[in-house]
Amino acid sequence: MNHLLRSQAPISDAGWRMLDEEARERLSAALGARKLVDYSGPNGWTYSATNLGRTRPVDSSPSEGVIGRQRVVLPVVELRADFALSREELRDADRGAEDADLEPLDDAAHQIALAENVAVFHGWGEAIGGIASASPHDAASLGDSAEQYPRQVAGAVEQLLCSGVTGPYGLALGREQYRRVVETAEHGGYPLLDHLRRILEGGPIVWTPGVKGAVVVSLRGGDFLFESGQDLSLGYDSHDAEVVRLYLEESFSFRVATPEAAVALSA
Amino acid sequence: MGFDQYHEPPDELPPATRTFARLCASLTEEAEAIGWYEQRIAVETDAEALAVMRDAQGEEFKHFSMDLEYLLRRMPPWREIAQGILFQTGDIVEHGEEAEAEALDGGGGGAEGAFEDGSLGIGSLRGGGL
Repeated sequence: MNHLLRSQAPISDAGWRMLDEEARERLSAALGARKLVDYSGPNGWTYSATNLGRTRPVDSSPSEGVIGRQRVVLPVVELRADFALSREELRDADRGAEDADLEPLDDAAHQIALAENVAVFHGWGEAIGGIASASPHDAASLGDSAEQYPRQVAGAVEQLLCSGVTGPYGLALGREQYRRVVETAEHGGYPLLDHLRRILEGGPIVWTPGVKGAVVVSLRGGDFLFESGQDLSLGYDSHDAEVVRLYLEESFSFRVATPEAAVALSA
Repeated sequence: MGFDQYHEPPDELPPATRTFARLCASLTEEAEAIGWYEQRIAVETDAEALAVMRDAQGEEFKHFSMDLEYLLRRMPPWREIAQGILFQTGDIVEHGEEAEAEALDGGGGGAEGAFEDGSLGIGSLRGGGL
């Protein structure tokens, strides 16, 4: 048994499989950042920091004639979303019910995916520098009308080319911006989606809840580095006669190696 | 250049499935290369040529293993079955049958999770999106 304590929960093996599958499905849809950045790992729950290859001077030395340096590392952060499921619903699922109420799990999955997206694209305090925050390019406004999007996205791609950043490029869109893109056809009925994909040199357009506006990123690799400690996992916390309290958890670090490889477009 | 790794119209396939198919094709090619080198090594008599080919075959071992790991990370049932068969001693077929039953017929996973670290095994989703 590991730190997730899953075997301590009053949940059958079939129940755990159902919960894992539900969580996997919900998370995979909403984890937009992972569709656009470089992922490495997982390195496990005990993994605590990413090597940055850098040092800082230390004021004093323990011995004369010797200089000292201290390694600078990037600590991983932990995200956790707690939720509770009705034990009656889980018992019904074990009886074969196909419509067990897993809404608390779905909500927690969406929230933790959103948190990961926000951390990657907009940063998280001093712990994580986000892609949009780090970009040195001016953030143009995406505008309210989806018909303006090709112009703004093409402008962003041109800025990246001017900085020597090659494609293909990916486009992370917030919820409202994504909906507009999918529902819009340009003059002549040509889907806006296809037009944008051509501008992006074939790169993906990604639904990324939590992103404010849009972010154009290069997909050439090596620019945006997501390092996983414990990948997203379902764990057990406690239970009583009515509910079982579970959580979704992960640990990771994220760093921007090439700030100029992205352009943010504000909402 | 051929595109025969696709058995359905590529335009109808999601990007992640296209990437999966490319890696499956790559896995096949690496396995073929390992077999070809094995045949060449079996008949070669020049020691220096043998050393070069053994080195080249080692590269293919690495490529095959990386392709396989990529694919297993993206398909939990495949990974679960592989875990029951690979690097085990004993009867291979017996392990295969047991692992298949565990993974596909309701065993496996459960409280222990489908992955060794207990995670959901999501990992990278590169290639996703429209």
